[in-house]
Amino acid sequence: MSEHTPNSYMNQPDERGHFGQFGGRYVAETLMPLILDLEREYRKAKADPAFKAEFDDLLEHYVGRPSPLYFAPRITEELAKNAPPGKGAQIWFKRDELNHTGAHKINNCIGQILLAMRMGKTRIIAETGAGQHGVATATVCARFGLPCTVFMGATDVARQAPNVFRMKLLGAQVVPVTSGRGTLKDAMNEALRDWVANVHDTFYIIGTAAGPHPYPELVRDFQSVIGREARAQMLSRTGRLPDLLVAAIGGGSNAIGLFHPFLDDPDVKMLGVEAAGHGLDGDEHAASLAGGFPGILHGNKTYLLQDEDGQITEGHSISAGLDYPGIGPEHAWLKESGRVDYTYATDKEALDAFQLLCRTEGIIPALEPSHAIAAIVKVAPTMPKDAIICANLCGRGDKDIFTVAEALGVEM
Amino acid sequence: MSTRFQTTFAKGPALVCFITAGDGDTAANLDALVAGGADVIELGMPFTDPMADGPAIQAANIRALGNGTKTADVLKLAADFRARHPEVPLVLMGYANPMIRRGPEWFAEEAAKAGVDGVISVDLAPEEDQDLGPALRDKGISLIRLATPTTDDKRIPAVLEGSSGFLYYVSVAGITGKQQAAMASIEENVQRIKSHTDLPVAVGFGVRTPEQAAEIAKVADGVVVGSAFIDLVEKHGAQAPQHLKALVEGLAKAVHSARKATA
Repeated sequence: MSEHTPNSYMNQPDERGHFGQFGGRYVAETLMPLILDLEREYRKAKADPAFKAEFDDLLEHYVGRPSPLYFAPRITEELAKNAPPGKGAQIWFKRDELNHTGAHKINNCIGQILLAMRMGKTRIIAETGAGQHGVATATVCARFGLPCTVFMGATDVARQAPNVFRMKLLGAQVVPVTSGRGTLKDAMNEALRDWVANVHDTFYIIGTAAGPHPYPELVRDFQSVIGREARAQMLSRTGRLPDLLVAAIGGGSNAIGLFHPFLDDPDVKMLGVEAAGHGLDGDEHAASLAGGFPGILHGNKTYLLQDEDGQITEGHSISAGLDYPGIGPEHAWLKESGRVDYTYATDKEALDAFQLLCRTEGIIPALEPSHAIAAIVKVAPTMPKDAIICANLCGRGDKDIFTVAEALGVEM
Repeated sequence: MSTRFQTTFAKGPALVCFITAGDGDTAANLDALVAGGADVIELGMPFTDPMADGPAIQAANIRALGNGTKTADVLKLAADFRARHPEVPLVLMGYANPMIRRGPEWFAEEAAKAGVDGVISVDLAPEEDQDLGPALRDKGISLIRLATPTTDDKRIPAVLEGSSGFLYYVSVAGITGKQQAAMASIEENVQRIKSHTDLPVAVGFGVRTPEQAAEIAKVADGVVVGSAFIDLVEKHGAQAPQHLKALVEGLAKAVHSARKATA
């Protein structure tokens, strides 16, 4: 490992929170002192063995880590059928869908609520799109007895009723946001407005590796447990590292969590998969890297879906968790540096991949990792039979069965 | 040569008036504000995601964008305003992304051509000055920064570094258009800030009435009013100018009365 060499990909961001030209701290002045305070407190926590011990203990006994690393024989076989002779890579899944609450989101929420309590904050707020991060936040708030307010776009409240009820069961207050189109972006605006007005006692648990520094860094660090486990598990099971890592990207927290511990392993290639919705030809997609331009939103500089005047355009994806017009700044930098490749999958390709995994492996994936699986469907048949692909199965699909039924024309 | 800001603030406490470009008949509304006694104009550049603004200004942003307002239209409104009102300081206020979209040099050049005196970029922290500050200063445009109740003495120098024109003191930790801070807190914070700088300090957020404005004008160099005007634009549409003029007259009288008191 070359963690401390100047050529390392792992020593980002710089002391000002920049990943190359991306990242940074673009917030209203009211929040700046708090952001600086959070950074100081995070540095201290990172160096504190007691903080790490508590985090690790909760991940093991409350979340259920380590999550398994699973070789998926039947999807491997299925995709090898149409491959040229000698081709058809092995497919492995990091099973973060088996975590408590059913997704990788909880890893980050555990870390952030421990930080919040260290800072003496007594109230938690969060934004949510599909509701997964909201549920994970409500869960840790219940676990630690802190009041929780979750901002959720009114459109999402209507289409994600089960998760709204889950959050309420867990004791959270869910605030429907009617500004804008009532989706994730608007929920984040409203959470920032609440935070500005309540900085003295409130901690904002951001759900993805984006936002003002130090959020992209700390969310990445908390999610990196995924990649650290996968790396150790793969070495112990196969004696070598994978050839390709694949993960879906909305804001990009599950992907950066898987990728980061491998960034300085030059033989490990990485592929991030954005949501191409109805395709990149029109505006109905959420692929910020493939279809966006660098800009400033929600505290960081990154690739954004925007028009020629810098107005933010609304994304679309069948997966509410990927339906966001931006992306974490570290991904923007990893794209420009060439270390990670990025591609995209459409709604239809994700739906096909969703069904393929259900039938071949007996696993119902969330629509988010279904995008990663869709990319594997294309890439596995081009790789040698002894090559290893490791994908992050970052969420389970129970929450998505109604959306999938509707898309398939099935009445429930 | 003194700037328009210097000339204006030299007269004593000034009334700073904000409206959103493209919401209603902006040119007519701006003229009404000046006719009623506004000393400085802040013209809001609409943005899809105004995350520091309360419901009134959010809605104004959405109406303006819904009317098809483009950056070019905002610059045109500014240039036309400058032609009609050569002496009144004009500030463009908005969020960073529309300002940097075509590059900071482009924006600074166009703003300078339009006769803009200052720019407020709400989410451009002093720590990220490189994105806009150098380009504006290069064109002689003031970057006006915000200070808040959370900006402590240790941080004020960083906020002042590279800023000019005036300093905008946001009197409440919160979003625009909500409640006003206690006078005691405003007075204490303005004095605290003024101990660090000779720049005029204007106070805003939550100021709606002549009574509030008069109180603030006793302790600050300027009073900023925004949401109260936006409410009138929304309510009265094409008839807004006469209502704006009536409100601004009362506010200007209140603010300017502090001039006589201190003179």
